[in-house]
Order: sequence, then C-alpha cells, then structure tokens
Amino acid sequence: MFDRRQFIMGAGGLAAALAGSKLAGRRAWAQSVMLPFANGERPLVRYPQKRPLIKLTERPPQLETPFTVFDEGAITPNDAFFVRYHLADIPREIDPNVFRLEIDGKVKKPLTLSLKDLKAMPATEIVAVNQCSGNSRAFFEPRVGGGQLGNGAMGNARWKGVSLKAVLDRAGVQAGARQVVLQGLDQPVVAATPDFVKALDVDHARDGEVMLAWAMNGADLPWLNGYPLRVVVPGYYGTYWMKHVNQITVIDAELDNFWMKTAYRIPDNECACVPAGSKPDKTVPIARLDVRSFITNLPDGAAIKAGATLVRGIAFDGGHGIKDVALSSDGGKTWSATQLGKELGKYSFRTWQTTIKLPAGAHALMVRATSRSGEVQPMEPRWNPAGYMRNVVETVHVEAA
Amino acid sequence: MKRLLALATIVTLAVALGMTAATPARPATYTLPAEAATLKQTRDQGYAKTEALCTTCHSRDYISTQPPRKGKEFWAAEVNKMVTLYGAPIPEPYRSVIVEYLASAY
Repeated sequence: MFDRRQFIMGAGGLAAALAGSKLAGRRAWAQSVMLPFANGERPLVRYPQKRPLIKLTERPPQLETPFTVFDEGAITPNDAFFVRYHLADIPREIDPNVFRLEIDGKVKKPLTLSLKDLKAMPATEIVAVNQCSGNSRAFFEPRVGGGQLGNGAMGNARWKGVSLKAVLDRAGVQAGARQVVLQGLDQPVVAATPDFVKALDVDHARDGEVMLAWAMNGADLPWLNGYPLRVVVPGYYGTYWMKHVNQITVIDAELDNFWMKTAYRIPDNECACVPAGSKPDKTVPIARLDVRSFITNLPDGAAIKAGATLVRGIAFDGGHGIKDVALSSDGGKTWSATQLGKELGKYSFRTWQTTIKLPAGAHALMVRATSRSGEVQPMEPRWNPAGYMRNVVETVHVEAA
Repeated sequence: MKRLLALATIVTLAVALGMTAATPARPATYTLPAEAATLKQTRDQGYAKTEALCTTCHSRDYISTQPPRKGKEFWAAEVNKMVTLYGAPIPEPYRSVIVEYLASAY
C-alpha cells in the first residue's frame, strides 16, 4: 500500500497549492495542480455541471480531467469529462424545443429535424473513447506550440443517439456524394477566422457506428460537451466529434477548408511521425486513435510499501480492441501479463490489473498495450510538428520501502 | 363547452410550466465563470499591444500556458499564424513589438 499523502502531493498527482503563489507577478489561484512538465501549473476551476477541472484556457474554455479520475473506473463521469473548443463564440442560450438539425446538400430530401424527431428514430448506444488529437502534447520533446495538455484530454462514455446513417438514409444520399460536412453552433469571434467545420467520407459517415448523440452516461450531454446534440465518431480523434451539431451537408467533393486541409494533418507514414524538429513532406488528415495504456492507481514518484503491489490502469485503441496489456518493472527487459477487465466495447477504455512483488528500492513501472490488430505501443516517443497522437509506453517511477 | 375550456386552461398552464409530454424544460442558458488569466506586465511596448490586440479572439492563458523560453522565432511564427491563418486583427506595424514582448516575457 502506498503513502496516500505522498500520492496527493506527488508530481503527477493532484497538488493543492496554497493561495499566494510564489511566482512573481502571477495572480494567486485558490487551488492549482502542477502537471509534470515545464510551465505545467494550472488552476483548478469549477464550471457549471462540472467538478473542479484543470483549466487550460478560459475563452473559449478548455478543461482537462485530473488524472486520478481515470482510476475511478472505466467510464469517465460527465462532470469530469474534458472540454475542448476552438472558437470563443460558444453557444450560451439553447432552447431545446426550438433547436433544429438541418440536413441538406446532395440529398434527395433535405430535412429539418427537432430533437423530438431525432429521439423518435431507433436509438443506438455505444461506449467509446473521445480523445483530443493533442492529448499529451506537453510531453513532446522538443516542445511544440498549441494546447499544452497533460494526459487528461480523453474520456470514455456511453453515448446514446441515432446513427448518422439512419438520418442520412432518411434524407436519401444522392449518387456521387463524397463527404458529409458537420457544423455546430459555435462561431468564430472575427469573421476572418475559419469556422470550425469538419467532414467525414460518406461511407464512414454511413457505417452505422457514427452517431448523433443526445445523451452521455444516461444523462443529457453536459453543455460544454456539446448539448443538445453532438457527433460521435467511434475510434477517431475528437476533432470530428462536432459539438452542438446543427448542420449536416452532403457534398460531392472533398471539403476544402482550413480545418481539414491545413489543420489536423499528420505525416503520411506508418508512425505518423518525423525526426524531432523536422517537417513532413506529405500529410494526411488525422483519423483513428493509436493504441495507448496508462497506470492509473500510482502517480509518478509514489512512495509505496515494498512487497506485493497492485498495479492497475486502462488501455484503448482505435477500435480493434485490446489484446493484452503487459507490465515491466525492469526497464522493459522483461514483461509480465496483466488481467484484462470486462470489455465494454471495442472502442472503450479497457481496464487491466496485476499484482507484482517489488523489493525495497526505486522501480520504473512500464505498461505496454497490444491491440487485436497487432499494433503495439512504441518504447520511444514519436514526434510530429503538431504534437498529435502521442502513444509511447508510459513509465511510472515508484520508491518502495 | 365548459369542460373543454377548463381542459384548455389546464393544458395552457401545463405548457407554460413546461410540464408537457414534449421535450421537458431544461436549463437553456450557460454562464461561464469570470475570466481570471493575466499576462506578465512589463515595460515592453509590446505588452500593451498584446493586451489590446491579442485578447480579441481568446483569453490570455493561450499565451501564458505555451512552453517556456521558446524564443523569438517561435513567437514570430505564432503571431504570423494568428494573422495569416486565423485572421487576427493585428496591424503590421505592431507585430514585431508583440513578438519581442512575448519572447522576453514567456
């Protein structure tokens, strides 16, 4: 058993700083955390419908989940779920009776659907991880600009809604359709800023799994997670999971806008990576999640009691499902199997646990997941200029005494 | 007729109170906490310009949470990105002092 006080004050855990920060010229935060990278101090702030979360930015709001939440269970509670926006003109007033979803473009019958209309269609549920493309960006070395996230821009929820396929079938997709364009209620502050609009290839949009969700873990979507309706794209990075979705347009071309053609692009190779500090020759749009795993019950730097030690955590990938999660306590020389928990779905967090004997001394615990498609986490971190898709084998240092 | 009127009154009242079989009343507004992020106040000419021009579109913590000590080239690229890709309303004469402030303060 580890020292709980050490757990709370540990570098990777939750540290409540006293009011009156030591940093010169900075406003004191009543409560803050120290994320384990340079310039990693963040205030903890309560937003309506949310427990205190790690505040990255306030306008628009971007909030990270404190990492200890991921040890509470496979499902991330709604009040702890991370928040990401691009544009500061986020919706502030929505009448759910007046809200409409427009389906237009290359369809036989354009539709205007109310929430009531959508909820009258056959509902479907899926448990799926939503992860920000730039989750863990602040761990990149050399550092890259952008949202300086720790590992908290991810979450797993049971999403309920209607399949996008059912809605598109009702409208009748015309022959020659190539993509489905997704738009939400949020807007840029200045007209010159490209509106946040994304597209999915039409076959993907109609695969029966992509969903328009109105509920998350049995309740309405929290406001900041896209109330009253959002797109759910199981297995894909969060950039496609359009929040407050109110406009879907079928087009017979590829969407040519900033957010598809310039932003959210990864190197076009096996590892989606380039040598640190360099630029890729060719890029493709970011797509499916890569395999990841984490230890959730021991923070980096934890002081523990020598002997039998419970180690547990989560693993996930882009939708093949987890085949195994292995643990090493000797720097990756040898690996032992862990026991996988119940599978809530191939797109869900998969819990895992094991008990290992740790003699007194310092140990580096490493966890490595392999997916059912054979994808395995790399031992060395991969680098790309935008700071996307980090999935290196994670290491937690503990001191046993 | 009287019963119909009574029923109509009840239904109207129920609708007004949101108690119908249609989508029930939900919180229709969201209030964000007050902004609290600050920028390092220095004597640089660029400090005032950054305050005035960069907070149009986003809060100050977009700046203050960037990786530390990245230098002039990094911040010049960031300001350039804001102007060319995001349409930030930063007049050309002010861009270099803003970059100098950001590079020295952050």
